[in-house]
Amino acid sequence: MAKQVTIFLENRPGRMKSISDVLLENNLNIWAFTIQDRGEFGLMKMIVDKPEKAQLILADRGFACVLKDVLAVVAEKDQPGNLDKLTTALWERGVNIKDAYGFVSPKDRQGICFMEFENPGQVNLEEIIAAYGFKVVSGEQLYEP
Amino acid sequence: MNVTFWNKEVETMSRGGIEQLQVSRMQQRIADALKTPFYQHRLARAGISSPQQFRSLSDMQKLPFAAKDDLRQNYPTGLLAVAMEQVVRIHSSSGTTGIPTVIYLAQEDLNAWTDLLARSIVATGCTRKDVFQNMMSYGLFTGGLGLHYGAERVGMTVIPVGGGNTQRQIQLMKNFKTTVLHITPSYLLHIHSRLNEFKTRPQDLHLKKAFLGAEPYSENTRLKLEELYGIDAYNSYGLSEMNGPGVAFECVYKQDMHLWEDAYILEIIDPATGQPLPDGEKGEVVLTNLVRSAMPLFRYRTRDLAFVHPEPCPCGRTHRRLSRIQGRTDDMLIVNGVNVFPSQIEEVIMSIPEVGTNYMIHLARVGSLDKLTVKVEIYSKMFTGELNALDALKNRIRDRLRALITINPSIELHEPGALPVFEGKAKRVVDEREKL
Repeated sequence: MAKQVTIFLENRPGRMKSISDVLLENNLNIWAFTIQDRGEFGLMKMIVDKPEKAQLILADRGFACVLKDVLAVVAEKDQPGNLDKLTTALWERGVNIKDAYGFVSPKDRQGICFMEFENPGQVNLEEIIAAYGFKVVSGEQLYEP
Repeated sequence: MNVTFWNKEVETMSRGGIEQLQVSRMQQRIADALKTPFYQHRLARAGISSPQQFRSLSDMQKLPFAAKDDLRQNYPTGLLAVAMEQVVRIHSSSGTTGIPTVIYLAQEDLNAWTDLLARSIVATGCTRKDVFQNMMSYGLFTGGLGLHYGAERVGMTVIPVGGGNTQRQIQLMKNFKTTVLHITPSYLLHIHSRLNEFKTRPQDLHLKKAFLGAEPYSENTRLKLEELYGIDAYNSYGLSEMNGPGVAFECVYKQDMHLWEDAYILEIIDPATGQPLPDGEKGEVVLTNLVRSAMPLFRYRTRDLAFVHPEPCPCGRTHRRLSRIQGRTDDMLIVNGVNVFPSQIEEVIMSIPEVGTNYMIHLARVGSLDKLTVKVEIYSKMFTGELNALDALKNRIRDRLRALITINPSIELHEPGALPVFEGKAKRVVDEREKL
């Protein structure tokens, strides 16, 4: 599984900078991120090259932050219909997507999606996803030892 | 229960007798007050130029209230009613703002105060056979000297040790078989935690009673101390503006404190309107000192919140009982007409593990309505990263507050450490309504 760093941030100027400052200081690389807004605060979610280290450092600086397992789904060839195929597979099995954010890697034209589900463990998600031609990237594959 | 009196005639006087005494003493105090720069002006404005204009207790309503600021602004001699050579004692407090207040006592005032303390001490069942170790600090603070003089007048053996030096305190308690302490509850708890160190068990001491005071504490703390030491602990009430301790004291029944009404006029008022409240209703304690000639002070707003027990005490004393102090008016907020205390909000916040202990209360006016916002910090160790959990947390805090204060507050979640940290006295309330 991929590991997402989730950080509680107040919704005011400079709060995201306070995170990027810490990551830069520690030479941590951000692969993907998204923000969920909830009025006076929001959650910043990130996939970074060294998630454990990032979480420890941020927590040490006083941020409320946790690590969470998310599924990293890869479509080896970026083309129209990939997401539709994936969502159809999940819909047919009644799987609810709780959170997802995706992008296309511009160099090798791969589609990458980080996903979290409402009821994991109910069905074998990795098997389903693999059956539809997607690849689930493991932590070992994703991160350098 | 064995009930003993210091002055049974006064302590069991009929209500009519007490009120008659109050009126005649009030006339004396008005005569004194008319000699002071402060009251010459104040009483003239209220239309009072002679003591005879005070005919019954209902005339109290005509007198202006006094507040701590009056004492500060008239420091040092604005309320002094006698020549300085008549003054035998000065007590002073620096106060948190640094502007001092001062209290003057003439010999007859000191005698009267000492008599009230002797009365208070005897009401708890103490006799001249008791050994009294006074662990309250002496000096300008009224707590130490007040009880000291009272205990001597009762004829107890007095050990004037003052506060601190736990080893010595324990040694004195053992050597002189101390039976009664005057002490802050926190120090009494501290001594217990160190008894082992000095190879002493509570039962090695000869303690029977403790007079607690000088700091706020809960009923649970009292019960805990009684259990730890196997003693009876008595609540007391006093404030330097009213001389110090001995304004009100518990009797052997320990069902709240008899306020000595021959010496003080007690009123409970609505702090917002200044109107008197009936017995049983909680409000601000307002006191008038009837037995101090050197420095008259009428209708002093103590800012303490309490209520009066209307029913008589089984001990037979006719002086009404004051409840334990329930809070301070300084802190009270009026939000859409409802009285709210920051301590109520704090109580709720402290009961919720997902938020830290720091908080802020923000008040604003939106249209014609007050808006109360409570800002709390997320507690890092309880953060799950789930938005639903954060939404549920806000709802839980809001629901619990609404149940307690009947107002629907907005809850704001903040990052750990984001709210201001206060050194010393915290200023947690920001009231933007005042600017309108």
